[in-house]
This record gives sequence, structure tokens and C-alpha cells, in this order.
Amino acid sequence: VWYRENVCHHNPEGSTWSLVTTPGEVVQISCGPYDLLWATLWEGQAIVREGIDRNNPQGISWSTVESPSSENGIMHVSVGVDVVWCVTKDRKVWFRRGVNSHNPCGTSWIEMVGEMMMVTVGLNNQVWGIGCDDRAIYFRQGVTPSELSGKTWKAIVSGRESDRSQTGSSTSLLSAGCFFTDDIQNQTSAVIQGDADPSSDTELPTSPASPALLGAAAAGNGPASQAGTSARLPVDPLHSEQGEGTAASASNDKDNLEMNKSPANPNPSAELQWINIDLKEAQKHPVLSVSSFADTSSLSSLGAFSVGAEDQYGADEHPLWAWVSGGGCLVDLHSPLKWFTAPSGLSSSVQSLSLSITPAQTAAWRKQIFQQLSERTKRELENFRHYEQAIEQSVWVKTGALQWWRNWKPHKWMDVRVALEQFTGSDGMRDSILFIYYMYHEEKKYIHVFLNEVTIIVEVLNEAKHSFALYTPERTKQRWPIRLAAATEQEMHDWLSLLNMSCCESRRIQGPPSHHAIWSVTCKGDIFVSEPSPELEAGPQLMPCDQMFWRQVGGHLRLIESNSRGVVWGIGYDHTAWAYTGGYGGGFIQGLASSADNIYTQSDVKCVYIYENQRWNPVTGYSSRGLPTDRYMWSDASGLQECTKTNTKPPSPQWSWVSDWYIDFSPAGGTDREGWQYAADFPASYHGHKTMKDFVRRRRWARKCKIVTNGPWLEVPPVTLWDISIIPSSDADDEESVALWAISDKGDVLCRLGVTQQNPAGTSWLHVGTDQPFISISIGAFYQVWAIARDGSAFYRGSVSPNKPAGDCWYHIPSPQKQKLKQVSVGRTSVFVLDKNGNLWYRQGITPSYPQGSTWDHVSNNIRKMSVGPLDQVWVIADKVQGSHSLSCGTVCHRTGVQPLEPKGLSWDYGIGGGWEHITVRGNATEASRGAVPDTAEENPAASKEGEDEESKGKTEHSKTPLMVSESQELDRNSVNG
Amino acid sequence: MTDDKDVLRDVWFGRIPTCFTLYQDEITEREADPYYLLLPRISYLTLVTDKVKKHFQKVMRQEEVSEIWFEYEGTPLKWHYPIGLLFDLHASNTALPWSITVHFKNFPEKDLLHCHSKDVIEAHFMACIKEADALKHKSQVINEMQKKDHKQLWMGLQNDKFEQFWAINRKLMEYPPEDNGFRYIPFRIYQATTERPFIQKLFRPIASGGHLHTLGDLLKDVCPSAITNEDGEQKTQVMIHGIEPMLETPIQWLSEHMSYPDNFLHISIIPRPTD
Repeated sequence: VWYRENVCHHNPEGSTWSLVTTPGEVVQISCGPYDLLWATLWEGQAIVREGIDRNNPQGISWSTVESPSSENGIMHVSVGVDVVWCVTKDRKVWFRRGVNSHNPCGTSWIEMVGEMMMVTVGLNNQVWGIGCDDRAIYFRQGVTPSELSGKTWKAIVSGRESDRSQTGSSTSLLSAGCFFTDDIQNQTSAVIQGDADPSSDTELPTSPASPALLGAAAAGNGPASQAGTSARLPVDPLHSEQGEGTAASASNDKDNLEMNKSPANPNPSAELQWINIDLKEAQKHPVLSVSSFADTSSLSSLGAFSVGAEDQYGADEHPLWAWVSGGGCLVDLHSPLKWFTAPSGLSSSVQSLSLSITPAQTAAWRKQIFQQLSERTKRELENFRHYEQAIEQSVWVKTGALQWWRNWKPHKWMDVRVALEQFTGSDGMRDSILFIYYMYHEEKKYIHVFLNEVTIIVEVLNEAKHSFALYTPERTKQRWPIRLAAATEQEMHDWLSLLNMSCCESRRIQGPPSHHAIWSVTCKGDIFVSEPSPELEAGPQLMPCDQMFWRQVGGHLRLIESNSRGVVWGIGYDHTAWAYTGGYGGGFIQGLASSADNIYTQSDVKCVYIYENQRWNPVTGYSSRGLPTDRYMWSDASGLQECTKTNTKPPSPQWSWVSDWYIDFSPAGGTDREGWQYAADFPASYHGHKTMKDFVRRRRWARKCKIVTNGPWLEVPPVTLWDISIIPSSDADDEESVALWAISDKGDVLCRLGVTQQNPAGTSWLHVGTDQPFISISIGAFYQVWAIARDGSAFYRGSVSPNKPAGDCWYHIPSPQKQKLKQVSVGRTSVFVLDKNGNLWYRQGITPSYPQGSTWDHVSNNIRKMSVGPLDQVWVIADKVQGSHSLSCGTVCHRTGVQPLEPKGLSWDYGIGGGWEHITVRGNATEASRGAVPDTAEENPAASKEGEDEESKGKTEHSKTPLMVSESQELDRNSVNG
Repeated sequence: MTDDKDVLRDVWFGRIPTCFTLYQDEITEREADPYYLLLPRISYLTLVTDKVKKHFQKVMRQEEVSEIWFEYEGTPLKWHYPIGLLFDLHASNTALPWSITVHFKNFPEKDLLHCHSKDVIEAHFMACIKEADALKHKSQVINEMQKKDHKQLWMGLQNDKFEQFWAINRKLMEYPPEDNGFRYIPFRIYQATTERPFIQKLFRPIASGGHLHTLGDLLKDVCPSAITNEDGEQKTQVMIHGIEPMLETPIQWLSEHMSYPDNFLHISIIPRPTD
């Protein structure tokens, strides 16, 4: 053992070596920041230098400390301020208890968990080690002044890919020895101040050799010479001005220990100078780039060094470390270290190798607490386990295995365990929580949902999976529901039924929907109903419509219309008319959640379409041999999906084929006799006859499929329908017949006679003559009948009244310029129409004496369907709505700010979706505190003076809150047809 | 041997075997058997004794039944103290099971608060949590939570769901790393021997010098009588959750790991048994 004389910060290299005699052959030595010096002897004991102080930095004498285990001697020792760690020859790690300035030998060894090659101690007793098995660098977490032994080993991720992207270091002095600058000296004093151990306060560091040094070298399988070279090299001290959060690191290859950033950067030129001095050898490597040093002002760009060694390892292997030194590293106890996470996916191997170590507790107080707690449990519980528990654990109603559309990328289905837990609340109310247990990076995690927060559980159309989505108001805003899938249809229906029942239970909703209920239909044909709260349309605090709770009603419909007297009609995809029986449940909803006597079998038929595409070539004419860039020769309408006759399945397992494929002659644009439509190229607009310019053609094939389900619906034969409207009256007495208008699927306008609350199906149809086929109809609260013809123009029916249910004649209403209308809805006094481009228009200038109104005012774009209610409330299905997580198509939206003087409203409130196809709010006449509702239409549209010529002006007005969103969004994962 | 997290579990799942007997003067139609129950230390008497109430009401005439209350050796038991605290304070070092007398008459108005429904307990519990967070984080954490998080804390306690409770409570136990601890430690010190209900003062977990305050420091500061020992012998026991932590235990650690669900450290100081 040699002592270096006269090392000080003016003369860091010292002057001479002087020999210190030892009782045996010393193989390794460790010198702490203050007065602690331990060494290991060849024989396996440790020797401790006694009597080191300011005046006698060499100390006086050696004492010997025996190895903790008699068979295995000490191999390596490392000391800090007042701690000693050692590794014995069997790689076990030991902590020396009771070490301080007065007793440098300490009292006894404590075995730590984990096996290490070596350990090293930093400026404030922080500890690093090299794992025995994996040769990774570990940091001892939880080393504090009160708990010097720390808690657990944690692997430091040392990435290799992210060379020169170090988060920052400060005085990156390169040295194979020790360098001191003023900065470092300042830091050293800061350590003294900051250290909690009063015994060391008075002493200056006797050993100047507190080199800020955490060097680590990859050795592993590399040639010994190479490893040897690199092992000496890297030294990279750094620290921060205030002595906080300092970490030092060096790296030989491109390892990257992330460090706390410090403002104290030396100027790059000085730094480079050091490099030049110290790394002469390194400069032989051409990779060493000066500019990179300047850029990063950090020396871990030393990466240049081990170009050779680096090749030893595969890219995904972590380096095998041979040596680590933290002697100059000050780790602030409370600043989070960024050493443990890989910057990329890299180094997960290191993490996964992390020793599973439980903390070894050495603090006496902690031990005492553990011990006493277990004694307490023994004392208070052991003889009394047969006693009843005061709190009954809640009943696990149902557990099972489902798949979950996981919420991190890449999104995919993963297997999860699911448990629905029900318990009785303090008020006797049952509440339920759904737990979804999943694995995330081999860690068990769960999400849970309180079912009283769930707003809807909806089946998702998916031909491969039996899946459903669960929304809460929050998830509606995100457009990102919890999506689950079951293995079988039966299993999914069991879950849906149970979850639905639990939701209804926790909201105390049971029995049939009220007359005011809002009905909606998804694109899957599922029917949902929601009880409107009075705050939905009026009140100081309007209820956001994402809080509406929707429950399912059995059956399959394309369209549904209601009024406030409980008359509800629906139309299926096969145009069959259905009248609501007043029941509830049906479909998968069984048992108590379903009414017994008014649920009937219901079926529906719809078509699945595929396209046969062909391209013309000069040799064979049109053939099924396309260009390499062409769409599939059998595809969906978009051409993006291949759809052949054999691989195309019914929309969901609930559907079954009821016909074979046949050519469909009805697509828009017309077809030739063989069903072909021609165009110049894909994708284009198609026409029904071949011209010289047409190089491609397609034809549509259809196949019918059928669903058989049940629900509270009774067929109204024999006429099949396209549209219906029921008068939204609220004040008529029960016996009075309810006006109901319809459009047959041929376009005839029909008026249903004899519809009453008791007989909602009515008795007979009355035909109302028209010049052309119609497509949409609506009747307002005061028998205002409006209709849309197939050519896109609007008509008003004059003189309709209870006594003259069919009225007398049609008045043509010009549509907004250049727009073809497709839907009309008339509320109390408001008339809204929707054009084929998704624009919503309000009819301005309607008065009782002039019910046709004067002009169209543009309200919004991006609308697919709308419903105007008896309060003149406006609800729509918007085409696209952007949520925080995803985009949804077909979203229920509510127009807010609709007032007698502001019938067009102000903005949109977004509700459930996407995947919604239709909504009717025409039953909701609950006015709540809405005081002054005009009893005539006169005070309603304020702008009634506007003349016909103003119509064009109305068109140029744009909606204040367009619903349009950018289309470049992620595909709609949460829509019902997702 | 174990992880700090195990302390949380041990604290949560602490149980006191209890024998409930009906007060001798209660008028019954037939004799009532005692009722044995494992009471969770961290819960409240009126929250977990529905079964006890039902059991004794069976043998009583309806008109004789008014609000239930509990008494141990003449001391009415305050339902708004956690059960573990009541036991440590009044019944430490006694034989188990803990013998509690059940009353349905003569409600001791001056000693006890009424508890007509579990909403009252919830309100009290949430008020304590809020007070504790006011001390720890100037109420910032609790105020940032949503209503459902508050509900989850309460439901976790009520249904004895450790995970459910700690999923939220974890946030209440955090502090900014630069602070090294809470602003003040929410604690209450109870003494069996005094009339004063409890001692509560502002006490920081970190000393001005930067070192951690210990349980001993706390007691020295706010309740020196608990540890001053003229003849070098501690005459009292300092109990939390039925154990006596060493006075060297950092108070911040105690607050994080051994607080009751209401986020307070309820510390009982009782005379040391002389045997």
C-alpha cells in the first residue's frame, strides 16, 4: 500500500509515493471521501486503517476484520463516508454495521440480498454494483442517512444506441486519474455541509482522492487486451452547482447513463483540450468526432472508444460490465434518477434481469415495527380466526375470461380476466364494479369501472368477434370506450345482459321506457332508449348529453319515431313497419329485465353488397385481369377490401344468409342489362352505359341475410315503409287519434287512421296523392306537414287538421340553392331540413298565417340525420366528431342554446357515438322550468320580415360551430361498425 | 424480511376479536347470547356492527330499541374514533377478546355523537381526510381529486377493499421530492389518563437542519410527559395500531405507513403496565 503525498487541488497529481506497511498482502483497497480506508488481504480478511485525521492523513495502524463467512474470504471492499460494503468470494454482498469515524471497523456484517461481482460506494454512501449473473450495473435504491443499507438493487439501463444523446453533464473532465477543479472542490464542501453525519463535519477530507468517478467498462467475452484497455479509460465526473443531484458517469462504448442536467457547463474548448490531453490514444480512432463533443458538451461520447469491443455484442444484448466506480458520484436522495428506464425499447433485457430482491431492512426501528406487527397479528388473531368478520366481502357475481382492446399501442385484442363485483351500498342500493385484469410488461394491472357511471353498453358489429363497448361520460368525450370481446355469442349476451341489468339497477331504472323517452338506433340496427331528465332541454345547468344513460331494447330497426303519448313506430331494413307494444327487454335481455307478455319475435332482412370490378384491355375487352395497381377484382364499395362471393360473411354471427348472390340492378347511376356500370377509371362516378372513354366497369352483387330476434314490436302489415312521422302532441286527450304520416317504400305518402294510445298500430292507411315519389315526411305539433320529394325539393301540405287528416293540397317549397334535400323534421313550430351534402337548414319566416315560411338559414354542416322535438329542440346524428382519443362517425349531438327567439340554437353538445344512425326526441316534451314558451308561432322566428330574395343570403351564412373535423384521423375504432 | 407495503397491509388487515354483550339492564324478551366478531382496527364501530345490532334486536321489543351505543368498562366508546384507537387507548394489555357492552337506551349525549346513518360516518371520515390533506398538501391533492375518487376512498374503507382504497390514497401520501416530506404531519395524540380529547399541533416532518424528525421528537415537542422520565424509566406506552414503534422512527415514515385511513396518525399514550 502506497500513500501519495501532497495531493491537493492545486497539485492534484501529488508528489511522491510513500510506502505504508501492511500485515499481509493487499489485493484491493478502497478509500472513502473522508477518513475511512479499508483494504482486502489475499487471505480474505479486511484491514482497516485507524487513526486517520487531518494531521495524520496516513493514519496510524491497521486493524483486521474477519470475513463474514469463514469459508469465503472477502474479495472486494468499498467504503463511503461511514459505510463499508464488501463482496465475498461466493459473490455474496455484505454491509458493515456501526462504522463511523470513531469506530472505523464497525461492529458486524449483515448479509444483503443479491450476488455481485463488486460494489462501489459514492460520496454520500450511495452504492453501485455489478450483478454476478447478468453483469449489469445495479444501483442500491433507498440509501438514506437513516437507512444506510438501502432497500433494493435496481439495474441501471445503459443504452448503447443512444450514444451522444446524453441528457447532459457538466464538467466533463476526462481523466484516468483524478482531476480537481474549483467546481469539484465546491462540490466536496457541499457534501460536507449536506451530510447528516455530524461526526464527519469537522474533518476535511483527508484523502484528496475522491475522484468523481463512475467508470464502467465492458469486458465480457472480448479479448483481454481490449477489455483491459477500455477498463482504464472512462472517467466522467459531473456535478451540479448546488451540490444537488449530481451524478457522474463515464462510459466506454456508447452506453448512456442518463444524468441530471446541470447548468455548470465548462466551455467546450476547455473540455476539448482535456480530451486531447487525456485521450491521445482515443484520437487514433477516426470515429471520435470533435463536433459531437462540442454539441453535447459531454464526454460520454467516449463511445468512440470501444468501436472494437462493441462489435462483440449483438445489438440487442446489453453490455457485460466488469467494473464500476461511483467514488465521485453524489446522488441527491430525493431527485428521481433517470437511470432505470431505457430511452427506447433497448435494454429491456437488462431490466428483466433485475434481481428480484426484497429490501433488506437494517434500520432497527423498521425491524421493530415489522416484528411487532407480526406479533400483534399473532396475539390478536391467532386464537380468534373462527370469529366472524365484521365486513362481509362482497359477492363476486361473475368472473370470466374475455378479450380486451388494449389501450396502448399497438392496439390489439388481449386476453383478460374480468370480474363483476356487486355489493350493497350503505343505503341498501346495489352497486357494481367491473374489473378488468391484464398484464402489462409482465406486471399485473387492472382497470375498473363503476357501473353506475356507465352510460351505455353497446354491441359492436364485428364479423370476427363477439364484441361490445362500454362508455362512460369520460370515454364518450374521448371517443374511446372500453371494448371487450367474448368467445361465443352466448357468452357475450350473458355479459351484456348482466352488465345492463347492473347498470339499470344502480340507476334504479326498470320497466318500460316513459312516453318522453328518447329513442335511437345504431347502424347495427340495435335500439336504445334514454330517459330524458328535465335538465336536458332547459334549466340553469343544462345536462351534457354525454351523461345520458342508454339502455337497449330488443329488436332490429333502421329507423324509429315516437311521440309524447307513447306511440312509437319503427321501420326495419326490409321496410317492414313495426309498432311498439309498450314492453321492455327482449333480445339478449332476459328474465326480470324483460317484460313477459309483449315481447314478440321480430326479424329483419338486409343485403350485403360486393362489387365485381373489370378493366378493358385491347385483346380480350373487359376482363377480370386488372392492372397491378388496380383494386381487387372482387371488392367492397371502396375497393380497399377484397370481398369475394365465398369469403364474404354475414355482418355478424347473428345473421344468416337467406339467398344466393344475385346481380343488383339498382345502384345509383344505373346499370346496363347485365348490371354493369362504367367509368373511365377507379374510383370514379359510374354510369349505366358503355362509352369510348370507359376503361373500367363494375357491377354490384347482393346477397340477402336475415336476423331473427325478439322485442316489444308488432308488425303493421301489409305496406312496407320508407319514412314515418308521428305528431308530437302532448296535450291531446287519450281518446283522440294521433296523426301519423308515412312514406311507403315506393314513395307514396300515406296517412294512418285510427292511431291512439291504446291502439298505436292504427286501423288503415289513407293514400295522399303526389306528383312524384317522396322520401321524407314530418308533421309538427300543429299539424304542419312537410315532406321531401325524391328530386330533393320540399313540399308543405295545406289544411291538415284532426278533422281533415290528409289535408288538401301540396305547396312546393324551393330547396336551398343547388341543394337536394333528403330529410325534414317539424317540431312545435320550427322546421328544419337536411340536404344531401349534410347541411342543416332552418326555415325562416314561418307564421300561422304563412306556414310555408320564407327563407332557408344555414345552421350547420356535417349532419347525417336530425330530429326536431315538441320543444323545438334539435338533435342530430353528426357525421364525424373528434374526441380526445379518436374520431367517431355517427354521433348523437344536441343543439344547445335553442330559445324561442333563437330557434337555430348556438352550438353543439356531443353525446354517444359513433355508429349511430337515427334518433328521435319527438317524445320529449318535458319542459321543466322553461317558463315562457310562446303559445303561438307568431313571436317565434324574429326574422319573418325577410323576403324571398334573402334566401341566397341565408345560404352563405355558415354555422357557428361546424361539426366538421379533419379526416386525417385515426380510423374510427369505437364506432359501432368498427 | 418484508417490504414497506406489507406494513400498509398489516395495518389495514388488523382485527380485534370482540365479544359483544347486551347491557344487563336492557329489557329483553329472552336472554341474549354474546356476539363474537372480528372488528377491523381501521374502521368505525357503527360502520361494522350491523350484525351486532340485528343480533340483539331480535331478543328485544321494538319499543325498547333506540340508538345503539357501546361501552367498555364504563367508558362510552366514541364511534368517530377508529376502532384500533379505542382498543389501544382503553383496552391495551387486557385479555382478548375485547369485551364490549351494547346499549340501546340512555344514550350518553355528553360523551357521544349521534350516528343515525352511515352517511354521518362518511361525512366524518371525509372531513378527517380533508383536514389531513390540508396539513400535508394545503388541500391540493384532495381538491384535485374527483368526486368518484372520494367515493372510492370511502367505499374502500366501508367494504374493506385494500386495493381500492390505496389506489386513491396513494396520491394522498405523495409529496414533492424536493420537500422530503409533508408540510405538516397529521397526527392526534390521545391520553387515557386525561380529560382532554386529544393533542393536535402543527409539526413538520423535517427539522430546520434537514434531518428527519422522529416519533420521539414529536412527543418531546407536543407531549413531553409521555417520555420524560425522572428516574430514567419510561412510564408510558406509545401505541399505534397495537404496537410500540421505537422513538427513533421517522415521523414521516410513520405518517406514510401507519396512518389510519382517515390519514391521521392516531397515537395512544397509556400507562405502562407495572407487572
